[in-house]
Amino acid sequence: MGARDLIQTFSLGELRQGLAVTFRYLFAPKITIMYPEEKTPMSPRFRGLHALRRYPNGEERCIACKLCEAVCPAMAITIESAEREDGSRRTTRYDIDLTKCIFCGFCEEACPVDAIVETHILEYHGEVRGDLYYTKQMLLANGDRYEADIAKAREQDAKFR
Amino acid sequence: MESSVLQFFQWFWNLFGLWDWVWSWFEPFWPLVWIIIKIVAIFVPLLLGVAYLTYAERRVIGAMQVRIGPNRVGWWGLLQPIADGLKLFLKEVILPTKADPSLFFVAPALAMAPAVAVWSVVPFFDGGALADVNAGVLFLLAITSLGVYGIIIAGWASNSKYPFLGAMRSAAQMVSYEVSMGLALVCILMVSNSLNLSDIVRAQGQGAMTDAGVGFLSWNWLPLLPMFLVYLISGVAELNRAPFDVVEGESEIVAGHMVEYSGMAFAMFFLAEYANMILVSATVSIFFLGGWLSPFGFLPDGIFWLLAKMSTILFLFLWLRATFPRFRYDQIMRLGWKVFVPLCLIWIPVVGIWMMSPFNIWK
Repeated sequence: MGARDLIQTFSLGELRQGLAVTFRYLFAPKITIMYPEEKTPMSPRFRGLHALRRYPNGEERCIACKLCEAVCPAMAITIESAEREDGSRRTTRYDIDLTKCIFCGFCEEACPVDAIVETHILEYHGEVRGDLYYTKQMLLANGDRYEADIAKAREQDAKFR
Repeated sequence: MESSVLQFFQWFWNLFGLWDWVWSWFEPFWPLVWIIIKIVAIFVPLLLGVAYLTYAERRVIGAMQVRIGPNRVGWWGLLQPIADGLKLFLKEVILPTKADPSLFFVAPALAMAPAVAVWSVVPFFDGGALADVNAGVLFLLAITSLGVYGIIIAGWASNSKYPFLGAMRSAAQMVSYEVSMGLALVCILMVSNSLNLSDIVRAQGQGAMTDAGVGFLSWNWLPLLPMFLVYLISGVAELNRAPFDVVEGESEIVAGHMVEYSGMAFAMFFLAEYANMILVSATVSIFFLGGWLSPFGFLPDGIFWLLAKMSTILFLFLWLRATFPRFRYDQIMRLGWKVFVPLCLIWIPVVGIWMMSPFNIWK
């Protein structure tokens, strides 16, 4: 141990170095985001609350192919289908249990007609378990309500697909 | 001070023309009332200081970790300590099934009482101590040593593993660092030739440097620099604070002696810890940084200097916590017994010889 090391030890050299670092950061700009007022940017691929989309003429997109039900790893989707008066096949029941859903996005990937999608909505809640059981009407309502956002996110992501 | 307070009362009661009548039966009680007034004048600012020290700690450590810290309750989060206090006050105090009921509730009081009682001898300004005891240093050491009983009894009475480990650690740690703290104080007693805290401060206000107008160079911190560092670091260890917080050691034993406590019982330990922090900052200021004395000759002495010095030391405590990782238990013991105690034992003769030599600066 040389003289230099001794001086370094007894003058608490390394401790002072550490203190200098924290003191510098005392005045550094803070990275905290004030959440409800400020939000972080979100990818167009963000997977939040589900929605069922419609065509511009008001016809629902879903054709009850049940690919999403088949691919769903959490088995959160339940579909029942029947023939409508005009002869087309439609769902009579399309339920997503959000307490089971793991938000993997497979349903969205599997859908041949872009009917089931995941929106950017993440601030939803339920006070009882039943509140998180979304039926076809609720999902279609989501789609109607957020169609502009959904279409925009699809458009931004289209060139990477 | 006493007469001006009395004059205020006289003025107040004379508004109704009742002073003579009030004083006739009130006079025997006045000394008692005056002491109670002084106690309140120390106790209330102390508790407010504790409350806002927790706030300051969260803001300072937050800033050092590039966060903001509490800023929602009130302006800049200034009501956060009040909200925390209210929350703790309303929470249930849970008594574990196998705990010793009486000791379990005595322990928080035993931790809190010494932390508050010591303030009776602390001089805030010249003649501004509740009790200007001649053996003030002894009183201070005796009462602060009692604080460890609160922790040990809490750990024992909880009848649980982690609190017990925490209590054992705190017993060993507090005993070790009290030795080096006491030995560092021996140097102070030698140079100031008194056990009275006010006299210790006054002794720092004399010498060639004070006459030259730079009083802060004659304070004990400079001639006794190694003892200053030993006392400061031992003080942090005595407080069981980071980087010596193995007693709480939240990553190893959750919260040590406080594991089984909740609500106000927990709050008492918390208050005691922070009151002790303020106390150690006060003692460091008094023993080494000249208490209420002003650093330059042209500025007046006063309580604000003591408060400024205490704030600086308290900031240092927060800064240390934000900077250093926790010491390992054996490292703490090694630092206490193999570094600080020998250093003090060497430094006491050095100071003694210095005082006997022609270079004595403490005449």
